[in-house]
Amino acid sequence: MLIRPFGFNEFWIIVMAAQWTIALSAIAFAGGGVGGLLIALARVSDAKWPRLLATGFIRVFQGTPLLMQLFLVFFGMNILGFAINPWIAAAVALTLHASAFLGEIWRGCIEAVPSGQREAATALGLRYFNRMRYIILPQASRIAVAPTVGFLVQLIKGTSLAAIIGFTELTRQGQIINNATFSPFMVFGTVAAVYFILCWPLSLLARRMEVKFSRSTTR
Amino acid sequence: MEVRLKSTEEFLYNFNFEPVLAGFDKLLIGALVTVQLSCAAMVIGLIVSILCAAGKTSRVAPLRWVIDAYIEIIRNTPFLVQIFFIFFGLPALGIRLSPNSAALVALVINFGAYGTEIIRAGIESIQKGQIEAGTALGLSKLKIFRYIIMKPALRTVYPALTSQFIYLMLTSSVVSAISADDLAAAGNDLQSATFASFEVYIVITAMYLVMSIGFSAVFSMIEKVAFRYPLSR
Repeated sequence: MLIRPFGFNEFWIIVMAAQWTIALSAIAFAGGGVGGLLIALARVSDAKWPRLLATGFIRVFQGTPLLMQLFLVFFGMNILGFAINPWIAAAVALTLHASAFLGEIWRGCIEAVPSGQREAATALGLRYFNRMRYIILPQASRIAVAPTVGFLVQLIKGTSLAAIIGFTELTRQGQIINNATFSPFMVFGTVAAVYFILCWPLSLLARRMEVKFSRSTTR
Repeated sequence: MEVRLKSTEEFLYNFNFEPVLAGFDKLLIGALVTVQLSCAAMVIGLIVSILCAAGKTSRVAPLRWVIDAYIEIIRNTPFLVQIFFIFFGLPALGIRLSPNSAALVALVINFGAYGTEIIRAGIESIQKGQIEAGTALGLSKLKIFRYIIMKPALRTVYPALTSQFIYLMLTSSVVSAISADDLAAAGNDLQSATFASFEVYIVITAMYLVMSIGFSAVFSMIEKVAFRYPLSR
């Protein structure tokens, strides 16, 4: 195979591959948002079984490598009778992963809402759904914003592992270009720079909101 | 996008754990390498973290900028890209590393960045009066750093450090991408030799889970012994 130089074209192909990283992150974040809310609610529930199941789910996903989770979904899809598809496998695995992590983060936020709020809502005759919808979750969500953005950074970085199961996002595109140009220093430098441009503003935003929040809550 | 449902006949999958059991000794060796790699990375990474955290309190501004840049770059790029850069990219600068040493270097650099932030938070939790009291007692700068700053700071951030370590151990599975000899790589080898992919990976995932539960048990035992003395407040 001919080795071609690393030029603007190669650079641009790598930059454009970021769209798949963003798409995968967005899907996992949206899916994980729904899943995470369910996990968090189950985790703080008064019923024993949902609480235990949610705890187990979180333990397993936080106690095993994301790479293994990807492999298991990837090969597990085949067992369940689906054709192997890196796109779907990556989206499903990252969604489950994000559900567990967001579930644990949001559980902490829900529990951080003073218990008097809940008691007052109950005393006013609000049932579970309205109590959560109007009293607990709006207050918890304010606490949750900064750590959630922080987790989004972790999730974007996590999508790079989809490259290992063959989904062509930013990192995999870098590997492909590297195989053709053999200038790994430039290629992986570029790939790292694109991730940095995606993640750094979010990291700064998360830190800023954290500071702002802690200032607004200290009396 | 093709999602093809197989017929019911194909659907019945026969789980076959025999090849996994036959190659289990290789997986155990891989697990040992994972433990060694993670522990070595943690010890060296902790030293890097303490040095960088101390450097961040320095009056020399460029030193602080370099440390800040290091932390931000590492924390905002994926570990997989970092390890590709170290393993494939550094030889262009004449630094050639074996997969295992590249894995260790990458893990140390990665853990160092997160560790620095954790240690820094611990240092910031020390009240100024404590340090002033140390100075008034005539303690040397090194002794103040060691006994008045680091000792209580490490106690404060111990939980954060241990969970970061477990995260490091899980992240170390990514070094299999450059064929280091860790557990995940042992799994890749076994998987390609036996084709029992799902069985291999479910066993490996369970092994990682056991390791992370084991490590957190060990850490809480260490905590009970090492921090037996009462809190200052």
